[in-house]
Amino acid sequence: MIYLQLFLSFFKIGLFGFGGGLAILSLIQMEVERYGWMSQQEFVDIVAVSQVTPGPIGINCATYVGYTTAGFWGSVLATSAIVLPSLIIMLSICKAYFWLNKKFHDNPYFTQTLRMLRFTVLGLIASAALLLIKPTNFIDSVSWIIFALVAFFTVLPQWYKNKVTVVLSHPILLIVLAGIAGYFIYR
Amino acid sequence: MFFQLFWTYLKIGTFTLGGGYAMLPLIQREVVDRKGWIDEEEFLNMIALAQAAPGLIAVNSAIFIGWRIGGWKGVCGAVLGAVLPSFLIILAIAMVFQEWKELPAVEAAFKGIRPAVVALIAAPLFKMAKAAKIGWLTALIPVAAALLIWLGHVNPVWVILATVFCTLVAVDIAERRRK
Repeated sequence: MIYLQLFLSFFKIGLFGFGGGLAILSLIQMEVERYGWMSQQEFVDIVAVSQVTPGPIGINCATYVGYTTAGFWGSVLATSAIVLPSLIIMLSICKAYFWLNKKFHDNPYFTQTLRMLRFTVLGLIASAALLLIKPTNFIDSVSWIIFALVAFFTVLPQWYKNKVTVVLSHPILLIVLAGIAGYFIYR
Repeated sequence: MFFQLFWTYLKIGTFTLGGGYAMLPLIQREVVDRKGWIDEEEFLNMIALAQAAPGLIAVNSAIFIGWRIGGWKGVCGAVLGAVLPSFLIILAIAMVFQEWKELPAVEAAFKGIRPAVVALIAAPLFKMAKAAKIGWLTALIPVAAALLIWLGHVNPVWVILATVFCTLVAVDIAERRRK
């Protein structure tokens, strides 16, 4: 029952995906690993593709996993499944918007839970990165040099901000450069 | 209204690279500045709600704005517009990627790209930690969460549920004491 599995997995990812694209990665990783839908390598590759193509990472991953596991209808199903929890929850929020706005702004149960989830989300993102540090992705010492350089240029504008460092911190440029470097080193 | 929202979100979805957060400024320019569908304050409230609710931020914002402006038709238009570009692009890539992957040049390029992707996931953590105003004590939460998932292979869903449960219990105890 690949369709049912796809639907339930991506519904779950949509339902518990707090804190945006990067935080959703660890959830997708778990589901994908559990059912053996993709190898670790393939997962990283599709994250790379997501970074250089438009749109939310969650949609990109759902479409890709859906297609590779169950063809066109699989991709339609997985993409709908990840959107469905948002539809249910956001529409309820919209209907209660004015009420919510008044009541929940200073409700400590609500505000503290959101605050703590923000911290947990940092851990989810860290785990997504840690789980990917594997010999399949880091094949030799050059991999670590690329890792260090990309991390350095991403963080650089926070300490030293000018036009050059901002351009160099762009994820698409960094991926393209890493790809060119890989081509010349490993070809 | 369906088509207007569909078209607006289609444009935003097609031209923003780098995920949901990158879409927010473009959504603001289109929906607040250009079309005047909602005002600045409501937009900021919308972002807070779209981030607080689970799911993809871009999709959440499309649902909110679609509903406020065009009801059910608006929601359908905005969500379809936000999802369709990335769906179609990835579908096209998925169709050819299996074969391209085998090419030596592509394989070599991806050997360089993989460690870069891991760095791109990890590096924004510093900025996000600063934005979340993390302290020495609260830093234990992400560290514990990461270790549980990484080494303990705990499903992130349980970590999220545990966070919600523990916070609610802690706030409840604090509230009772205050009274």
